[in-house]
Amino acid sequence: MSANQVALWYLVASVSFILALKGLSHPTTARRGNLFGIIGMAIAVVVTLAFIFSVTRNVAMILVGIVIGGVIGALVARRVQMTQMPELVAALHSLVGLAAVLIAIAAVNNPAAMGLPVPLPTGSKLELFIGTFIGAITFSGSVIAFGKLSGRIKSAPVMFTGQHFVNLAIGLAMIGFGVWFFLAPADVHWFPYVVMTALAFLLGVLIIIPIGGADMPVVISMLNSYSGWAAAGIGFSLNNPMLIISGSLVGSSGAILSYIMCRAMNRSFFNVILGGFGGAPGAVVAGAEQKTVKSGSADDVAFMLGNADSVIIVPGYGLAVARAQHAVKEMAHALRDKGVNVRYAIHPVAGRMPGHMNVLLAEAEVPYDQVFEMEDINGEFGTTDVVLILGANDVVNPLAEVKGSAIYGMPILEAHKARTVVVNKRSMAAGYAGLDNPLFYMDKTMMVFGDAKKVVEDIVKAID
Amino acid sequence: MTATDPIVVNLIVFVLAIFVGYHVVWTVTPALHTPLMSVTNAISGIILVGAMLAAGPAAFDWGGWLGVLAVALASVNVFGGFLVTQRMLEMFRKKEPKAKPSAPE
Repeated sequence: MSANQVALWYLVASVSFILALKGLSHPTTARRGNLFGIIGMAIAVVVTLAFIFSVTRNVAMILVGIVIGGVIGALVARRVQMTQMPELVAALHSLVGLAAVLIAIAAVNNPAAMGLPVPLPTGSKLELFIGTFIGAITFSGSVIAFGKLSGRIKSAPVMFTGQHFVNLAIGLAMIGFGVWFFLAPADVHWFPYVVMTALAFLLGVLIIIPIGGADMPVVISMLNSYSGWAAAGIGFSLNNPMLIISGSLVGSSGAILSYIMCRAMNRSFFNVILGGFGGAPGAVVAGAEQKTVKSGSADDVAFMLGNADSVIIVPGYGLAVARAQHAVKEMAHALRDKGVNVRYAIHPVAGRMPGHMNVLLAEAEVPYDQVFEMEDINGEFGTTDVVLILGANDVVNPLAEVKGSAIYGMPILEAHKARTVVVNKRSMAAGYAGLDNPLFYMDKTMMVFGDAKKVVEDIVKAID
Repeated sequence: MTATDPIVVNLIVFVLAIFVGYHVVWTVTPALHTPLMSVTNAISGIILVGAMLAAGPAAFDWGGWLGVLAVALASVNVFGGFLVTQRMLEMFRKKEPKAKPSAPE
């Protein structure tokens, strides 16, 4: 198989990947999109395999690797729970990063096998340097993110004095060793290369540890982006357009998601990277005036819901933690049977990764046409009889509209505009932002304390 | 005019691909952002192509073993990413047409 033939097949595969992303514009076309992705990947792999076979005949070990990795991947995909998606995604990012580093090391060891000139020219070394350090940062950063998301590492931010200075110094040292690597002749370039790689691994850890739990949706999107750039970097090193195109698609996708998440949390990207948010005590607004909340029972809620014409349910991560999605769907079903118009309102950062809450509701078989994004439903709250907030806090905090508050400007679901508000929480504890929520003290608000699943199940019983 | 350096061609491909990615990803509905992430996980598994080159040299040495490991890691991404996306998208399938209430919407 000639290099030109390979390149043309890579073009076909790249177009398939673009169609795969395009398919995700609507749930009805999404499955076809995924199929395009699989076809594109199959083409790229088979063509590359045929090319290697025609040159070296050494494909046995490649097939062994694919079978081992494929079996592990298939098992994980089958077993993972939908609440664990953020961990899975973080783990997969780390694998791409590590694979990039391994490929770069193999290329430094044996440039000829990868179709590179011997000895490596400075330009190729520069590209390998970039591929290596992005891959290494992606790997160690994703491992830390995985640890935080899965609870193996405490998710609170880890800060120490001079942190940013230390990061900067390590970054500069890494670049310094990189330059040494470019200039050193082939017989002595391993030392700077290895030190440079080790520093990049360290930097990945240091970048992620100061970022707290609340910012995980941003971190995970950012690492998604890095994993794409790592693939593109290796593509530059190996002069492989397939890797460059796919890597760029993934890189820009992750970057857009990071931007969307930052905007939804009203935080600048820079601010998130510098870290320290989410887990810090936070500035609590002085609330000297008497604060009394009205609390009620599941029966009260069932009565209110049953008599309403329109209900909007606002699910938060607390709902997913309590595994109450199915109970909520039962409740919505019972209310719809009574002729109540029930809809769901999703804030972009509900859940621990972009779109997480939509998947959790879909898993509970909530039809997606009852589920609305913030922009589409915010105008409807004013004419809604009852808003039922389940395990959400900051995303419905009206302080976001008050100048000077810590979350001023953050886009929120305007639940406070509804005629009555019901809030289910386990306790009066503040949300991630560490702020009190005036919504809870409004006259039209009723609090129902307790585990979301238990409360919703009681409501369902009371409705029937 | 002399032949274009490969790195320049690579740069052109890179920049154009970012533009395509940027415009396509903005059309993705927010409800499907999690599947978007898992499918891009699978697509970044394309690094498998590079890993295969490292794992299939004419003379197999320790670098070849690193390549095999990289092939296995990237394959986890490819298979895991596409299959879990498939699993999630099945949940977004339209179901229970009977559930449409008679209430005015």
